Amino acid sequence: MGRPGGGLDLSYSEAAVLAIQREMQADPRVVVLGEDVGRGGIFGQYKGLQQAFGAERVIDTPISEAAIMGAGVGMALAGLRPVVEMRVVDFALCGMDELVNQAAKNRFMFGGQGRVPLVARMPGGIWDASAAQHSQSLEAWFAHLPGVVVVSPSTPQDNYGLLRAALQCGDPVVYIEHKTLWGLRGEVNEDIAVPLGKARRVREGNALTLVSWSRQMQACAAACDALAAEGMAVDLIDLRTLWPWDRETVLASCARTRRLLVVHEAVQVAGFGAEIAASAAEATGCRVARLGAPRIPVGYASVLEAQSRVGPEAIAAAARKLLG
Amino acid sequence: MDPSNSGRSSGTALYRTMVRIRAFENAAETASQGGVSAYGQQAAGAAKVRGPLHLSTGQEAVPAGVCAHLRTSDYLTSTHRGHGHTLAKGADLARMMCELFGKATGFNGGKGGSMHIADFSVGMLGANGVVAAGLPIAVGAAHAQKLLRKSDDITVCFFGDGAINRGPFLEALNWARVYALPVLFVCEDNRWSATTASGPMTAGDGASARAASMDIAATQVDGNDVFAVHETAARLVAEVRGGGGPRLLHALTYRVKGHVSVDLAAYRDPAELAAALETDPIARARGHLLDMGVAAATLDAIENAARDEVDSALAIAEAAPWPEPGAAFTDVQTTGAGQWT
Ligand SMILES: Cc1ncc(C[n+]2csc(CCOP(=O)(O)OP(=O)(O)O)c2C)c(N)n1
Repeated sequence: MGRPGGGLDLSYSEAAVLAIQREMQADPRVVVLGEDVGRGGIFGQYKGLQQAFGAERVIDTPISEAAIMGAGVGMALAGLRPVVEMRVVDFALCGMDELVNQAAKNRFMFGGQGRVPLVARMPGGIWDASAAQHSQSLEAWFAHLPGVVVVSPSTPQDNYGLLRAALQCGDPVVYIEHKTLWGLRGEVNEDIAVPLGKARRVREGNALTLVSWSRQMQACAAACDALAAEGMAVDLIDLRTLWPWDRETVLASCARTRRLLVVHEAVQVAGFGAEIAASAAEATGCRVARLGAPRIPVGYASVLEAQSRVGPEAIAAAARKLLG
Repeated sequence: MDPSNSGRSSGTALYRTMVRIRAFENAAETASQGGVSAYGQQAAGAAKVRGPLHLSTGQEAVPAGVCAHLRTSDYLTSTHRGHGHTLAKGADLARMMCELFGKATGFNGGKGGSMHIADFSVGMLGANGVVAAGLPIAVGAAHAQKLLRKSDDITVCFFGDGAINRGPFLEALNWARVYALPVLFVCEDNRWSATTASGPMTAGDGASARAASMDIAATQVDGNDVFAVHETAARLVAEVRGGGGPRLLHALTYRVKGHVSVDLAAYRDPAELAAALETDPIARARGHLLDMGVAAATLDAIENAARDEVDSALAIAEAAPWPEPGAAFTDVQTTGAGQWT
């Protein structure tokens, strides 16, 4: 379906399908492997690809995350460009050695002989009423690993562009879509490239710099509306790529506004917000604050799950505190 | 099953277990309608049971037949599809419904929900959201039982046919055999792994063949025949209890519903389902019990009692209090708890 801007009206998951389809058309080395991918993936994020490209390129696998990730490493070393499906970030932990000790280390450890151009898709974040083993936000773990790129798109356009960029980048990419963004619709313009490592300025303002990513961008945008009504214009930045993160954009904004708030859905303790806040304070001397979830597993009952959510009110309150 | 009085009474007990599981799950399914799907879509309306609900409809004969031989002090680990295991192990039905409703009076205080049901008071060490994760845990529990040498208690470990393709299955079986642990592995082979048929994803002859390759005696059974399961499990449980080391029971059954309650299983051949429904374990057991001379009225009474019990559980769960918001911060850890800001 066309849009006035010339783009397509797609959901976050449809945008991902289109990105993989384009890469598969352009590059016969691109393959997909994972559980239930032949039926389109449990979120529709591979819909139609097996019909279009066959079962040899969109490969249904046993329930074997370690083998899926490890085989992805081997395929990559042998010349393919695999998309490795982990279903949710929580299950990616079952393939952790293969990612951490194998994929992330290969190129360096073997003196540059090997390259592991794989994209490991592992949807993250709170998945409503899915409790402690299906709702984790673990991006900071991966950002801590030399050797991997970490991507976390918040819109259909970015999911399209970043997934294509990830498949072209040649290094292992941890690609974290949000478990509850799949149905989000928006315009996708195929002419817009979204490079890795480049943040997006969502709103402009001088009162404060607000940095976030993934679904948390929605809560941040709502907080910005509330703050705007109080006369505070926020410089809102969607990081899009966590590693390498766009220091230039973030630090330039911090130098201008002198105040930085980083917000994420992940647990605040040892979260990626701490890295950005420390970097900004070191480089610009600005005031910093970070806001994430309390250090608790995500509970099942709504009232417990709510304790792990960082909502617009908390974000606006943290911003006011930083300004006050 | 022998047609004596004792055969009839143990047969009706098995029937009762299966009927209670089915009644519980039917009610849970209804209470989940209108809620949040585990597949990303959000439906309108306020469901009482939220989140992914994995139903074991059609598989009731396996937990009923196996758990009939277990004591409260035996341990059990379960899968994401654990309502039947939990009830068959003797957990309170109403408290389980409270947990599905997310209420403070549920087994986990509303923290776990359907996928993480546990009742340690009856030896049920927990359902699990990670496929095959229960196998090494069961092995550890059995290892502790052996080291502590307090009794001839055993551990039973339920898992699906999809789980046998994960490393933890193979590693757990090897460990159990190496240390000759008192553990009974029970594969509930329902032929499906989420939306993928397990057969084409599994090399060789499945769970029992893999067990045999590690020198663990394995037995296949018609998992929709509760009497066959009961009889086979009797022997295996006795062997494990007697110090014979691990055994594996490979129960062939069928997943009647979709993977989760909102999954309509459109990917499945309707003829396959229709054929499976012919062998529904509850209907079969009923027919068999009638043939053995059990009165239809007795079986009707069992069904009515299960429905009444479930109705009352629904009312209890409805009326039960929500967890206090502060409960989110309890039971995280003792050392360093609360120091998160
Ligand atoms: C490690 C891991 N991978 C994937 C999943 C997603 N998942 C949940 S249940 C399931 C199918 C499991 O099949 P099986 O073991 O046969 O059990 P069944 O659902 O048939 O009872 C899958 C793939 C998961 N929970 N954990």
